[in-house]
Amino acid sequence: MARQTHWVVCSQTAFDVFFIFIQRHFKPDCILTTHLFLFLLFFQSDRLLIKGGRIVNDDQSFHADIYMEDGLIKQIGDNLIVPGGVKTIEANGKMVIPGGIDIHTHFQMPYRGTTTVDDFAQGSKAALAGGTTMIVDHVIPEPGTSLMEAYDQWRQWADEKACCDYSLHVDITHWNDSVKQEVDSLIKDKGVNSFQVYMAYKDYYQLSNSQLYEIFTFLAEKGGIVQVHAENGEIIAEEQARMLQMGITGPEGHVLSRPEELEAEAVFRAVTIASQTNCPLYVTRVMSKSAADIISQARKKGNVVFGEPITASLGTDGTHYWSKNWAKAAAFVTSPPLSPDPTTPDYLNTLLASGDLSVTGSAHCTFSVAQKAIGKDDFTQIPEGVNGVEERMALIWDKAVTTGKMDENMFVAITSTNAAKILNLYPRKGRIAVGSDADLIIWDTDSVRTITAKTHNSAAEYNIFEGMELRGAPLVVICQGKIVLEDGKLQVTSGAGRFIPCSPFPDFAYKRVKARKQLAVLRAVPRGMYDGPVSEFSMSRGGTPSASARTSPTKQPVRNLHQSGFSLTGNRAACGEPVHTGTNIRQALSACIFCHFFCVHTQAIFADDEPSEHAISFPDVRWRLM
Amino acid sequence: MSDCRRQWNREDELPVYFAGPITTGPNQRKSFGMFSSVEGAFESKTIDFDNYAVGRKGNRTPRSGSRERLLDTGDPMGKTTGGTRQGSDSESNAARDADESRAGVEVQVLFEKTNPNGQDERLLIRGGRVVNDDRSFFGDVYIEDGLIKQVGENLVVPGGVKVIEANGRMVIPGGIDVNTCLMKTYLGTQPVDDFLQGTKAALAGGTTMIIDHVTPEPGESLLEAFERWQEAADKRACCDYSLHVDIPLWNQTVKDELEVLVQDKGINSFQVYMAYKDVYQMTDSQLYEAFSFLKQLGAVVLVHAENGDLIFEEQRKILGMGITGPEGHPLSRPEEVEAEAVFRAITLGNRVNCPVYITKVMSKSAADTIAQARRKGSVVFGEPITAGLATDGSHYWSKNWAKAAAYVTSPPLSPDPTTPEHLHTLLASGDLQVVGSSHCAYSTSQKAIGKDDFTLIPEGTNGVEERMGFVWDKAVAMGKMDENQFVAVTSTNAAKIFNLYPRKGRIAVDSDADIVIWDPDIVKTITAKQQQSAAEYNIFEGLECRGGPALVLSQGRVVYEGGKLQIQQGTGRFIPRKPFPDYAFQRIKFRNQVSSKQGVTRGVYDGPVHDVTPTPKYITPSPSAKTSPTSHQPPPVRNLHLSNFSLSGAQIDDNIPRRSGHRIVAPPGGRSNITSLG
Repeated sequence: MARQTHWVVCSQTAFDVFFIFIQRHFKPDCILTTHLFLFLLFFQSDRLLIKGGRIVNDDQSFHADIYMEDGLIKQIGDNLIVPGGVKTIEANGKMVIPGGIDIHTHFQMPYRGTTTVDDFAQGSKAALAGGTTMIVDHVIPEPGTSLMEAYDQWRQWADEKACCDYSLHVDITHWNDSVKQEVDSLIKDKGVNSFQVYMAYKDYYQLSNSQLYEIFTFLAEKGGIVQVHAENGEIIAEEQARMLQMGITGPEGHVLSRPEELEAEAVFRAVTIASQTNCPLYVTRVMSKSAADIISQARKKGNVVFGEPITASLGTDGTHYWSKNWAKAAAFVTSPPLSPDPTTPDYLNTLLASGDLSVTGSAHCTFSVAQKAIGKDDFTQIPEGVNGVEERMALIWDKAVTTGKMDENMFVAITSTNAAKILNLYPRKGRIAVGSDADLIIWDTDSVRTITAKTHNSAAEYNIFEGMELRGAPLVVICQGKIVLEDGKLQVTSGAGRFIPCSPFPDFAYKRVKARKQLAVLRAVPRGMYDGPVSEFSMSRGGTPSASARTSPTKQPVRNLHQSGFSLTGNRAACGEPVHTGTNIRQALSACIFCHFFCVHTQAIFADDEPSEHAISFPDVRWRLM
Repeated sequence: MSDCRRQWNREDELPVYFAGPITTGPNQRKSFGMFSSVEGAFESKTIDFDNYAVGRKGNRTPRSGSRERLLDTGDPMGKTTGGTRQGSDSESNAARDADESRAGVEVQVLFEKTNPNGQDERLLIRGGRVVNDDRSFFGDVYIEDGLIKQVGENLVVPGGVKVIEANGRMVIPGGIDVNTCLMKTYLGTQPVDDFLQGTKAALAGGTTMIIDHVTPEPGESLLEAFERWQEAADKRACCDYSLHVDIPLWNQTVKDELEVLVQDKGINSFQVYMAYKDVYQMTDSQLYEAFSFLKQLGAVVLVHAENGDLIFEEQRKILGMGITGPEGHPLSRPEEVEAEAVFRAITLGNRVNCPVYITKVMSKSAADTIAQARRKGSVVFGEPITAGLATDGSHYWSKNWAKAAAYVTSPPLSPDPTTPEHLHTLLASGDLQVVGSSHCAYSTSQKAIGKDDFTLIPEGTNGVEERMGFVWDKAVAMGKMDENQFVAVTSTNAAKIFNLYPRKGRIAVDSDADIVIWDPDIVKTITAKQQQSAAEYNIFEGLECRGGPALVLSQGRVVYEGGKLQIQQGTGRFIPRKPFPDYAFQRIKFRNQVSSKQGVTRGVYDGPVHDVTPTPKYITPSPSAKTSPTSHQPPPVRNLHLSNFSLSGAQIDDNIPRRSGHRIVAPPGGRSNITSLG
């Protein structure tokens, strides 16, 4: 401790000199930013050496020392030549693993005029305490508002407070052309490559299948990752109404109205849409066995789909919804709900070990009991969210690695490396290698801790893992080359977290997609023109069983006849001739002469420039003899 | 484009649809030029009724003919031999020319009755092997008044009975085709097979009852459409029929009409659509309501399972790529879109606890989804159709437009040539239950409405005549299925699901005398020249089919024998059906009793409550309370007096003045009293 204080003093002096220099040469409004920049620079210039550790990456484990400078890993190997005065940490043969990446958090999330109790400072502090050195938060714009503004807002909040590096997902809560443009510029200019869409929350966030199709198509083109919140919102709405009618108003109504098959159904549908649009799919919050099964089946069929179970679904189950204690039951409310099947956590851990599920998040979104109590008389009003950012790594270690389901390399893959690959941050994050960010932890496999709200770093009053004993914990956490956890002491700097931009087309998801794109070119069958008779039919009848020419409001209203293969030009010469209507088809056959597709109202159509009129006034297409 | 995925790892063989030289399918038979109505298909399409129905009169009972019958008469097999016969004196001994007989089945008319209305025609089928869905046995069948009166050996029958020698051949219940569309109007044109033509084809194939789909236009009254259908069928049909009613949209009027249809009209099955966006398609919420409502009525929900939204998008994409021919049809409706909808329909059915019947199971994935759901206990039935069981979707890539268009139906035939076999296997194992035909025959010129845009091609294939034959040929003759299961899938299961059993679908005393003598050795090559249907093209053209009916009895009369039809139009009766078929609803009823959900009884939460701004800047992410206009949900703003938000009851803390809400900045002591968690 004394050593560190000394450092701070030393470097502070150097810093001040720099700062005065800057003040003299730059405009005042730059100073704040510059100040911050230098501040970071200063802390990154830490030099650290980890000696005698066993480096565990997702592909291999080996013994080597690690030398870090300026927040980057500079050297790995034995007998490193390092400058003098380097702080050395003795790992004593313990595992050194890449810092965890929590790919799903909701810090400081606004909710009905209030915010979640963990803001970016509190949340990222909890993350660091649990060995997670990067978080990816969800930007949730209100439906109808600008994605860009929401993004800026989140950036501002996080830049001010986050203690570890972060990145952002942006949720698409409504869909139109301006959203489309915003998504495009978010990908191009703002470093966002993943967007969440909702299949639940009817009349609010929920998007229709057609909109999903459009979004998937669009993101596949732009190289984004589609994340889905997969639950069938329409059926949920019906079930909720039914539950409330039956007089079930407590938190058990939450799980009763959102049974796991609705989750599985939506996952199935999302997989189908993704497969149709040839777009990589990422299912957030896999909470039930059936949903996980659908994902692993789809992967077996070759679909590019990733599943993300969260700390809660990996560590606890939904039996608590029936707790007699309302506050406890409400604390577990999240969507999709925890499965009441107590074998679910084990099952999900197994699928993580086998690789069928790819990444783990926490969906950390904490509300105080008083906030949860908004829904004390109606479970649909309970704000949804559970804690988990701090417990994530230890819980997986305890449930999967110590039980022998998973090896340490797979542990690294699902807590860190895979997430980095999906976000296109690999190998900067998620790997201990020369040139990577110096985000790493020394993992202590022997420490045993009991989870309790009294000692956790979150601001929530209740911890859903309360009383759980977990083996495995971070001993030392190094974030941006700086020790943030050592000897059980957490030293974080609010605002030290940087935004890490993600670039589109991550190879992990898009390599296969690109290859398929080239393969899957559809071709029409070259045929001669059909020149047989055509029945009379009337378009004015409402009920064509085939998909009508009516289009969804977001697209051009009517297929333009001039663009389609509906060729009228060949018959223009015949326009002047009298039209025989109602000629018998059999006659035509025996006559065996040219029959032509002919539109009685050709003149009207050609006179009319507005294509949308065509389908409406398109009254009679008759075949005739020439 | 994504279809490639199914076969993307089979490097050696590219799927047919992006292989360079486009083949027209493995079993291409014959090409008849650019416009390929089959030669001679128009010949002998007019039936000269005088040739057939010599001296015959209709024995049609009035439409109301819902003879009350006990559905639970028990197995009548054992007590048939000793049954008493009421002799009738009204017969004379005038001999009658024996009809032309085929090898194996001889019809000896020993005596001919003189009764002019022919209603009490008596028939004895002798020496046949009676095959029901549960067992087969040798026995004679005695028929009178259109009913089976005795089954067994050494029957005591009155004199003057026409005897049919079955010579050991199978005597099976007449087939029931659960899915035909003989009047489905498309853009103002009617299918070429109406009730007469369609039922003729049915009888020629051994099917003695059809259930047709009433397809009202959106906005049209269901009742009116039903009456239109019934009227047409009463005039034209020559075998018994019943009707499904399709629900084109969902609103209060429709609900009222459904109630009338179920309670007064004898309809117990209704089809809903998950496809045909903006026309028939219903949203999930509407489906949920429809399922709940139909379950209360005791009706079976038929589902056309395809995701209409995705299809719509795909169609636009495919048209945008310049693909306008029939190959665009399967490309825009890949089988996953079908499987997805099947999965969703089953999920809905599970939630509502309602039986679900999937019409037209066309693909492996859809069938597998059904099989899996059944394994999990869902009450779901699957109906593959003749086309899906006997041919595949490779023909959509035919160079001949007319041929390719003839295969257009929805969901489309799967381009995977192993599909038919897979579906037969599932039929044999009981994972799929019934076989329909979805017979909806349009002429080539009608199909040509969509010659420049595949989305306009009227959808429908033939199959009512070929249905039984192909199931026999592809499943029984191959050893996949035994003859009892054959009877089950072609007739008995359908009768059970739609509450016609045991009147139909079984050879038993008091069942209707709809009987087929099946000849497993008949080999027939399917061709449009010889079919009964009026369509110019038969999608099974050139396929060989073993097995076929040697003789068909409908309502106790011989209507098909030795390849000749002897029918009379208008003899078909409407068979009304009661709601709550046991086969579908028994399990549902028990589950209803078990699954009543219980809330947890808790003390009232008395901790702090966070203030919510009255006009929330942020709306709750939970589904809003907004209701769809048609629903019967609580009003938009939940009335607190209606909910069990109980303020009136005496509470333990009544003496403490209540505050509406506390704004909690930092909860005192971190947690409230109720959160002291143990």
